[in-house]
Amino acid sequence: MTIDMSQFYQVFFDEADELLAEMEKLLLALDVAAPDSEDLNAIFRAAHSIKGGAATFAFNDITEVTHMLESLLDRIRKGEMALTPEHVDAFLVSKDVLTMQMDGHHHGSSVDQDAVDNVCRRLKALSQGILPEAPAAADTPAPAVAAPEPAKSDAAPVADADGNYHFRIELPEVPQRDVDALAAELGLLGTISQESLADKRVVFTLITSEGQDSIVAICSFVLDPDDLKITHGGADQAAPQTATETEQTEAKHAAEDPGYGIFEPETADATSQPAAATAEAAKVEPAVEAKNLGRRASDKDGATQESSSIRVGIEKVDQLINLVGELVITQAMIEQRISVLDPIQYERLLNSVGQLTRNTRDLQEAVMSIRMMPMDYVFSRFPRMVRDLAAKLGKKVEFVTRGAATELDKGLIERIVDPLTHLVRNSVDHGIEMPEKRRASGKSETGKLTLSAAHQGGNIVIEVSDDGGGLSRERILAKAKQQGLPVTDTMPDADVWQLIFAPGFSTAEVVTDVSGRGVGMDVVKRNIAAMGGTVDIRSVTGAGTTIAISLPLTLAILDGMSIRVGEEVYILPLGYVIESLQPAAADVKEIAGQGHVVKIREEYLPLIPLYQIFDIEPNFTDPAQGIVVILEADGKKAALLVDALVGQQQVVVKNLESNFRKVAGISGATILGDGGVSLILDVSALLRSSRQLNADPVFF
Amino acid sequence: MSYTTQTQAQTGMQSPGDVAGNEFLAFTLGQEEYGINILRVQEIRGYEPVTRIANSPDFIKGVVNLRGIIVPVVDMRIKFSLGTPTYDQFTVVIILNIAGRVMGMVVDSVSDVTTLSPEQVKPAPEMGTTFDSDYLIGLGTLNERMLILVDIDKLMSSSEMGLIEKIAA
Repeated sequence: MTIDMSQFYQVFFDEADELLAEMEKLLLALDVAAPDSEDLNAIFRAAHSIKGGAATFAFNDITEVTHMLESLLDRIRKGEMALTPEHVDAFLVSKDVLTMQMDGHHHGSSVDQDAVDNVCRRLKALSQGILPEAPAAADTPAPAVAAPEPAKSDAAPVADADGNYHFRIELPEVPQRDVDALAAELGLLGTISQESLADKRVVFTLITSEGQDSIVAICSFVLDPDDLKITHGGADQAAPQTATETEQTEAKHAAEDPGYGIFEPETADATSQPAAATAEAAKVEPAVEAKNLGRRASDKDGATQESSSIRVGIEKVDQLINLVGELVITQAMIEQRISVLDPIQYERLLNSVGQLTRNTRDLQEAVMSIRMMPMDYVFSRFPRMVRDLAAKLGKKVEFVTRGAATELDKGLIERIVDPLTHLVRNSVDHGIEMPEKRRASGKSETGKLTLSAAHQGGNIVIEVSDDGGGLSRERILAKAKQQGLPVTDTMPDADVWQLIFAPGFSTAEVVTDVSGRGVGMDVVKRNIAAMGGTVDIRSVTGAGTTIAISLPLTLAILDGMSIRVGEEVYILPLGYVIESLQPAAADVKEIAGQGHVVKIREEYLPLIPLYQIFDIEPNFTDPAQGIVVILEADGKKAALLVDALVGQQQVVVKNLESNFRKVAGISGATILGDGGVSLILDVSALLRSSRQLNADPVFF
Repeated sequence: MSYTTQTQAQTGMQSPGDVAGNEFLAFTLGQEEYGINILRVQEIRGYEPVTRIANSPDFIKGVVNLRGIIVPVVDMRIKFSLGTPTYDQFTVVIILNIAGRVMGMVVDSVSDVTTLSPEQVKPAPEMGTTFDSDYLIGLGTLNERMLILVDIDKLMSSSEMGLIEKIAA
């Protein structure tokens, strides 16, 4: 199956731009001394979401940077590492790099590969607990400075056979008293020797297993670390001649770039030479790459630099829809008024109104189409992702989608993408087992991953289900205990499954760049809760897991059948209607004290008299005079007795709960053409309660 | 829809304490005159047919379409057994906006908007009104008139009205 992923690029770029901007805002507002854990989580999630999106579209360079960013953030978030201003700087630089990469993919602008590499190194160094060594190149990516510099400054401290480092610590001019104190302190770290330079400054040579930061930490009690020069030496001591030279270059660089030069690792000329050459080569290569990239991108979206879509607040669209709805009703009223006029005398007025009617209808359709989109828009991006993931993990996965034509509000569609991406990834990564394991447990080697969407009882239910190993109750409980969550061994399964939504919860043994950090589920739950929905997990060990996202119908188009009982008109969602008919009197049977059943094609269906449930004065109480509508929901069938069928129409579902409360048996409301309100029946609830119906009134 | 009065937007949430000394919308239920904080009033409309909601208490008349949003309508005359609930061209629905929720309230008539200074608001007696005194701000005196000042926020969000679902935490 080939899918042109490029149609979704724009969405990704838009989203990523927003996330990056958000990240920057949060970073700038972050209080380094006491970072708010919510903010850290938000930054982390932004990075995670970008990574997820980038991985989907195979923008590996972006994935790589975000992965590192995420790793580091994860440790800070979990409190394993304290946040320092260096971290924030590094994050901001990586944000810039990501923006650059994004532009590279989007508009084909050039990507400075040096800056990318530098930021990666910087992030890696930070996550290993080393203070940044080479911020210079990243901060000032001017080629002239960048070319010779990174090679020198990037050289890692060289450890000797015993794992000890040799440091050469050059002190500024300080009183002898301080020198002695420092020598004593540093002596505790390892072996120290002392010598004096020509200008009476003191140089320590320290052999220690400690890192540079320890040295700086000790020295900073006595003097300003900025005045300190620490260099890594081999076993040999650097000749004073070289030292002066280094000093000079340092001074020069310090003058050029004040932000640089806390540490200046010494590198022998011999190593610096080829390294510089490599740096040169690396510079040429990305340039070519960037050019190719540019061509690729410009092929795709032509020369347009501006985005071709705008992002508008949902409220604005909602308001527009409401206003157009009013317009349609007003227009219907005008039409009704003029229908009594003499067509000859008022010919031109009637023509104009006819024109108005058509225009209004077009307008309404256009406005509606802003919001409505088939789920296919979301679903179609997954086959490729699943295929790539499965290939990467060495698994065999068959991917099936159902209900791709289900229309969903665009606002919801956009927001469901991220959670679904996480869920699908999780299913492929953790849910479906390796082929060997599947064979061993008697299953087909190819795992099955199903993504389905359906309207159900006034909700839209989107399910991600796999036939993999299922969740492990023991592992989740063990992990929860380890994380200090309040759990007991006797918790019901449903509660145990909910634990995987806790922030930072992951039972995967290995954190891969696919998933396993536990952030995914955290994001899923949060995003869905924000949409007013719920997430349910059904899992059977060895048989698979189904994660069901249930979203309320804030706005969804529904094919409805309007029915009348007495004076009242209700809407039945057409999806539940099988047929409607007038039964013969002989087919209606009474079951003692349990109400009636209707015999329809050799099947006895319970009769649900709507007038009885809703306490309406009906025109007919005898099914043989009224109409029964055969409904089916959740595998159960029943016959609903109504007075008459009114018609069939598409209706916009309005939430009854936004200003009122939930009403039993009603899933929502809609506005009819005449401006009146009609209630939409909750068919599943009607059928569920049909059995107890006659025993006692369920609705209330 | 012939007369729709749009009042000022609901800005500035106020604590009930400083409501006195503000403007009140006066309306009648039967023979009694009531007043509510004008800032909670979104608009005033004529009565339009409502869609009944099955199995709801009789004072909840049903729901109406207010420019695309579904709004519940309660009849205060039924709720507090004041006057006879008749629906004609003089029946008035006050559309309220309370805590972001829109709801309609049927009353017999709307008279005017009055400004009451704190001195004009007397504490409500414990007995003598149909309203639970929890929902009362006090009694406003204006020359010969007496307004029963209702804390409409409290009243409409009370479980007694059943308009807002209380969600168990």
